[in-house]
Amino acid sequence: MAEKTIEIEVLRYHPEKDREPHRQVFEVPFTDDMSVLQGVQYIKDYLDGSLSFRWSCRMAICGSCGMMINGIPSLSCQTFLRDYYPARVRVEALSHFPIERDLVISMDGFIEKLESIQPYIIPKEPRTLEQGEYLQTPEQLDAYEQFSSCINCLLCYAACPQFGLNPDFVGPAAIALLHRYNVDSRDGAKAERMELVNSEEGVFNCTAVGYCSEVCPKHVDPANAVNQNKTNSAADYFLRFLAPKGGAK
Amino acid sequence: METYKADVVIVGGGGAGLRAAIAVAESDPTLKIALVSKVYPMRSHTVAAEGGSAGVKQQTDSLEYHFNDTVGGGDWLCEQDVVEYFVAHCTEELTQLEHWGCPWSRTPDGHVNVRAFGGMKIERTWFAADKTGFHMLHTLFQTSIKYPAIKRFDEHFCVDLVVEDGRVQGVVAIEIATGEFTLVEARSVIIATGGAGRVFRENTNGGVVTGDGMALAYRHGVPLRDMEFVQYHPTCMPGTGLLFTEACRGEGGFLVNKDGYRYLQDYGLGPAEPLPRNKFMELGPRDRLSQAFWYEQQKGRTIEGPHGSVVHLDLRHLGEAKLRERLPQIYELAEQFLGVDPARTPIPVRPAVHYTMGGILVDGRCASPLPGLYAAGECSSVGIHGANRLGSNSLSELCVFGKVAGVEAARFAKSAGPGNSTSLQKQARAVEQRVMALKQKTGGNERIATLRKEMAQTMEDGCGIYRLAETMQKTCDKLDELKARFKNVNVEDKSSVWNTEWLLAIELEYQLDVAQTMAYSALHRRESRGAHQRLDGFEQRDDVNFLKHSQAHYVADGAPRIDYGPVKITKSQPGTRAYGAAGEKAEQERKASHG
Repeated sequence: MAEKTIEIEVLRYHPEKDREPHRQVFEVPFTDDMSVLQGVQYIKDYLDGSLSFRWSCRMAICGSCGMMINGIPSLSCQTFLRDYYPARVRVEALSHFPIERDLVISMDGFIEKLESIQPYIIPKEPRTLEQGEYLQTPEQLDAYEQFSSCINCLLCYAACPQFGLNPDFVGPAAIALLHRYNVDSRDGAKAERMELVNSEEGVFNCTAVGYCSEVCPKHVDPANAVNQNKTNSAADYFLRFLAPKGGAK
Repeated sequence: METYKADVVIVGGGGAGLRAAIAVAESDPTLKIALVSKVYPMRSHTVAAEGGSAGVKQQTDSLEYHFNDTVGGGDWLCEQDVVEYFVAHCTEELTQLEHWGCPWSRTPDGHVNVRAFGGMKIERTWFAADKTGFHMLHTLFQTSIKYPAIKRFDEHFCVDLVVEDGRVQGVVAIEIATGEFTLVEARSVIIATGGAGRVFRENTNGGVVTGDGMALAYRHGVPLRDMEFVQYHPTCMPGTGLLFTEACRGEGGFLVNKDGYRYLQDYGLGPAEPLPRNKFMELGPRDRLSQAFWYEQQKGRTIEGPHGSVVHLDLRHLGEAKLRERLPQIYELAEQFLGVDPARTPIPVRPAVHYTMGGILVDGRCASPLPGLYAAGECSSVGIHGANRLGSNSLSELCVFGKVAGVEAARFAKSAGPGNSTSLQKQARAVEQRVMALKQKTGGNERIATLRKEMAQTMEDGCGIYRLAETMQKTCDKLDELKARFKNVNVEDKSSVWNTEWLLAIELEYQLDVAQTMAYSALHRRESRGAHQRLDGFEQRDDVNFLKHSQAHYVADGAPRIDYGPVKITKSQPGTRAYGAAGEKAEQERKASHG
């Protein structure tokens, strides 16, 4: 019995050898339950050991294996070859990021953005461990839980046309995480974070395309976070006239 | 070679490594911390833990109960003084995470909620839906950003420890993006690199879980303790091994065989009742449940699937609303990966390797026998899991012992003098040459993937749920052969930038060393205890000869040398390990005999 196979076309780029990216097609065995990641792993294991890509958990939670799959930002571990078979599948590094090699993009810019949003609780009321946990009702948890589910896979950046034009834009994931802390009932540092929201790199870069939320594998809905902050930001703007030292600062 | 001078270097950026880094920073903000991780910290495998983290929370619970569950669950191969410390510090650590923002699931009045877990007498498992590890990891990672003393070396792959004057004084790492080597000098080193489950074929682990830190410590003479105890998680996805959390059963899920029968009642876990009851049936410990699956398979009562025999995890009676609230990730995994709607169809599951109970030998303060070297988390054997870990104890372990390791390593760093940079550099250059040689040599004809696949298969064949001397011996022999063949490994890629083929070869060498410690330790343990079960005349626990920790010692170019160390018993004498109605009876008898 002849094994079924499928073609995977991979965008290759090696900075030590290539002037520019090029395409290479591999034929890999196909089974009904194979993910695109498993297809790419097959290439590395048996066809070309030099293919580079990130992966780890295989279950859509570590956020490592984002790629463009037929032009759509996707986690390769939860995208299945059966949805393309028998046609060829095209995989490329995530759009809008510098390629380090093959399917590996540079994460540096995102990490800097994450570090800039103060992604930690700055307590409204400090509490000792002896005092036990902060009380937080399920409704208060609901207000931020969805935004805390971001796995930093960067699919939303690959989807965001504005980030493509302006790499300094803080962007969907980082704003969703900023919002996550701002609306956490334990936190008291919203005013500090709003400076970044209001800045040149902040929310007003967003033109409300909403593609970021569409590609998010974790239903974080970053577009919603960005737009809530546009409202907050506008409110800050008007507050500045009412309270000379209040509002945003 | 680039050199960075730190006071404390931590290898591994998962839960334990991050918690240790924060502990160092908080114990003395003037100390310079280097956090070296082969992936960005939030990619570490802590991220995949699902069900929750144990800490006594309810009025009806007590530290003594948590202690007894843990020690009995570990089949009395636990360091009891360490378990006592552990259970006494879980709750404050989980509260600390709460203060740092962890989105724990809540009761209607706003307190942190707890759920039932296998082998636990009282509900004490804190949870964040079914993404507890993910939320703990991101909380720790994001909180770590607050501390300027923590200098991260993200995507730096550690290739060796630097040991001089009888103490560890740094590590050598490759920057993955460039292929350049860096020496990180430090006065103490914490290893927090996680487990080694990828040495087995079907496992729940991420690709990064390759036992790196275990192998590094081992090669420098630190014994790996209790390595024969490898946990099979009973409910995993056939083929890939992906995990369906124990919380599925904590929330009331059933395990049924091909006849729709809750078969666990035939294995000393019954009686079967419609509602979950702690330490009964589906809430028994993982080793017992995986063993019951094996017997069902022998009896022909499992269901044949494309990836081997399965049983059914039936969640239908819990209803879609509860499943979406409590087990949202499980719901999506079943839908996306298996095309199964768990509210309407049972999920096919089978056991897969999940957790490495053993690890780097450390004392209760996380110190290894090599001065200056500490270890925490799954890579370590601090002594709380014994022969079988209880679900939700490992996430708590990351925090409790991550903190201890940080505090102790900081203390050591302050008391130790600075190293001799010139000779440390010299050592580091020798390491660089050795590691580069693996990439530069030509003419090899062994494929990395082939060796890795053969290793994983032989580990499953010889060191699975039930073990026989003959097959364990075959596995030992096969691993010896694979180590010999590794010398002939072929790394095609000779380049510098993102050369992951080279890194896979280094990882494979780590894995072969760790796999040997597992197989040889298993072969030498001629009894059955916890996750180590034999069918060749050693079916019983043998406290006279084997109430001891195994210790595997590295022997260059040979098989590991196995010896044994004592087990610390303080207040719980080894007794009958029983669950279900039998367990209840045994507990009453113990109480009566203790007055």
